[in-house]
Amino acid sequence: MASHLATDRSKTLLRVPGWRWPLAPVLALALGLFGFVLRRAPAAVAGTPWEAALDWLPALGLSLHLRLDSLSLIFALLITGIGALVVAYSMPYMQGEQGLGRYYASLTLFMLAMFGLVMAGNLLLLFVFWELTSISSYLLIGFRHEEAESQEAALQALLVTGAGGLAMLAGIVLIGQVYGSFDLGVILAEPTRLRAHPLYGWALGLILAGAFTKSAQFPFHFWLPKAMVAPTPVSAYLHSATMVKAGIYLLARLSPLLGGSIAWQATLTTAGGLTMLLGAWQALRQHDLKGILAYTTISTLGMMVALLGLGTAEASQAALVTLVAHALYKGALFLVAGAVDHETGTRDVRLLGGFWAYGPALGLVAALAALSMAGLPPTLGFVAKELGYSAALEWSEQAIASGGLALLVLAANACNVALAVVLGYRVFFGEPGGPWPRKPHGMPWLLVLPGLLLAGASWLVGILPGLLDGAVERAVGLVLPGAHAGHLALWHGWSLPLALSMVTLASGAGLYALWRRRPPAPCGEPRLSALAAYRWLVYRALPGAASGLTRTLQNGSLRFYIMVILASTVLVAGGTLVRSGLLSRGSLSSEAYAWPELLMTALLVAAALGVVLAPTRLGAILSLGAVGSMVTLLYVRFRAPDLALTQLLIEALTVILLLQVFHYLPPGFEEHVRPRRAALEIAVAASVGLLMAGLVLMANGVQFAPPIARYYLEQSAPLAHGHNVVNVILVDFRGYDTLGEITVLATAAIGVYALLRVRRRKA
Amino acid sequence: MLILLAVVIGVLFATGVYLLFRRSTVRLIIGLALLGHAANLFLFTMGGIRPGIVPIVGAGPVEQMVDPVPQALILTAIVIGFGIQAFVLILSYRAHEEVGTDDLDQMKSTDVT
Repeated sequence: MASHLATDRSKTLLRVPGWRWPLAPVLALALGLFGFVLRRAPAAVAGTPWEAALDWLPALGLSLHLRLDSLSLIFALLITGIGALVVAYSMPYMQGEQGLGRYYASLTLFMLAMFGLVMAGNLLLLFVFWELTSISSYLLIGFRHEEAESQEAALQALLVTGAGGLAMLAGIVLIGQVYGSFDLGVILAEPTRLRAHPLYGWALGLILAGAFTKSAQFPFHFWLPKAMVAPTPVSAYLHSATMVKAGIYLLARLSPLLGGSIAWQATLTTAGGLTMLLGAWQALRQHDLKGILAYTTISTLGMMVALLGLGTAEASQAALVTLVAHALYKGALFLVAGAVDHETGTRDVRLLGGFWAYGPALGLVAALAALSMAGLPPTLGFVAKELGYSAALEWSEQAIASGGLALLVLAANACNVALAVVLGYRVFFGEPGGPWPRKPHGMPWLLVLPGLLLAGASWLVGILPGLLDGAVERAVGLVLPGAHAGHLALWHGWSLPLALSMVTLASGAGLYALWRRRPPAPCGEPRLSALAAYRWLVYRALPGAASGLTRTLQNGSLRFYIMVILASTVLVAGGTLVRSGLLSRGSLSSEAYAWPELLMTALLVAAALGVVLAPTRLGAILSLGAVGSMVTLLYVRFRAPDLALTQLLIEALTVILLLQVFHYLPPGFEEHVRPRRAALEIAVAASVGLLMAGLVLMANGVQFAPPIARYYLEQSAPLAHGHNVVNVILVDFRGYDTLGEITVLATAAIGVYALLRVRRRKA
Repeated sequence: MLILLAVVIGVLFATGVYLLFRRSTVRLIIGLALLGHAANLFLFTMGGIRPGIVPIVGAGPVEQMVDPVPQALILTAIVIGFGIQAFVLILSYRAHEEVGTDDLDQMKSTDVT
């Protein structure tokens, strides 16, 4: 009874109407941004982008510069529009989940970060938003943070995209070095300057690392399927429609700057082409609805990257239209998959089938979206596919190159067709393969409507491509300055691309037949894969190297630490000293040496070596006294009587003190040092000596500021009424220093007293 | 003269550092003393080594006097160096009293057993 009451209570608690209200602002924000972008769309398409700038850190060249041009417009509409739909969809989908506040907060953060990313008019700002998307996507993938799988997937996505982001930051800094500014307007006004610069190769490689990790290009593609552990609305939003498109956006945005070279073309087409085929092939082997969607997403992303790599107007146009088409149909299909999962409790295509009976409306959405995915007229998917084929066919003069490329695209498209049949037909009309964990019970309409709007949009724009034409044409001009592509149209007449589309459909149908005969079975990870390499790096190599390094450097012996620190200092400072060339400043040999100085030097060196080599500690202490006496003589020689007097006094005191304490110490012990260790110690000590000797030679006569000595020498008598200038400096001009010195002495004396006084009481 | 001073300073630094690597606390303290000498002489050369007269007003023309500033700094350093030596020496003496050794490798744990 009590437990019954408790569950009842928790249900009512969750169903308090209040919990939905926090959603209203999130939804309003998304819709408001959508409206904001839409209102400024005509201006952006007309080529007069909306701009706003606010200085943030002007010293670093960082300003909050937002800019809505045609390229940003396409992305921003997708981000805010799909964002609003995903929030609406989340209401029924996430109902009853724990931590909804965290969920919606992360989702909002992500949407704003993504929005800022495509609007940023400053590369540093773009990087800030870029990392924000990585962080918020980490929070969203790891939403069910108590599950080990979620934790690993979230960490993996964060590490891969975060590492890529850091590489990108380095690339951005290089670009900033070349241009002296991070403002995109300044940089893109003179796009050819970077290509002529020797840093171009580095900048290209680093930026591509960022784009490829974000957009899941081979060999960094492995994080995306793992990220499917996130709640399905998140997968729909982040991992199909928006975040993975950030890399595409970056490539499109920087294409005038980085593109046009062989390196760009070769890297993008190779990586993109490989990703396209690999993703398509892997997608055929998935049995999880979200797995299929994830791998086809990877495949389509690869196609977009390859198209951007071709660098023709048609290819850029095809990439942009594919992007929009993919966002619309993939978003819808993800939402359908989520709804099916929500109702049946499974996403396994081997179990699913005949869902039409439970949700005909959902079936309609799936069919509409799947037709776009398969590229049938009159959908936007068809327009995109036709454009892709004609871009591939017109890319090269050589028929073999163009034809080969078109065939590769065809292969990937055929896989897409087959899987579109699985998603849009088999789940709804096929034979169920087994019992479902849950019995469907009246689907909330909010699980259907967002998908319907997305799928409907891909039909609407397919039928009326003019809606997209202006924005895409202007954006093509931004991707490839000066380039013009033809108008978008649903019907291009009887042409080779159309024939290729027919072939695609036919081979897709064939593939589906094969797929149906042998549905995918779960397969293990291949031993040698990018994922295995990642795991080895993150779980084996890095911790191993870190602990090895710690064991070596932090071995607990303070003497070893000192040795490492000194050796590093010698390497860094000594290297600079040698490179500076200051050592070779002549005029050393012209000096004349008097015999007293030579004698003093010889005696001092002998005494210092005696300290080290003395067999007994007593000998070392006496040698130390000899060193002090020689130093005293040096002070006499260099006209420093006060120093000589002080040194003599202190030296006597030191020796007395040492001898006194020596009396109480245990007899000295033989210190056995292995020859290698001894050689190392001697080498470090000698190199420190060499460095300091070099510094002495180099620093002599270097004046950074006018010497203050003259002032002291002249003002000592009139101002302080003292004639010994050194004394006057100590007690008058710099009296506070002496006060500090006295304080140190007093502290040391108190310390000595305390040490001798406080003895541990032995029991 | 500069090159002779460079040799002296180099040798003092090298021997001082070498003694820092010893296990016996007494040798370590002697090493610190050598490093103190080395640092003082190093500072001395920073004023520029040139022939001159003592910086005492009335000893001669001001232009010929040597720089008094490094001298004042070193004077402070010598005294402070002595204070530190005395403290470290008593510290090692007391440490020996408590743990019965002056071998640094034996003094590895923070607690006296």
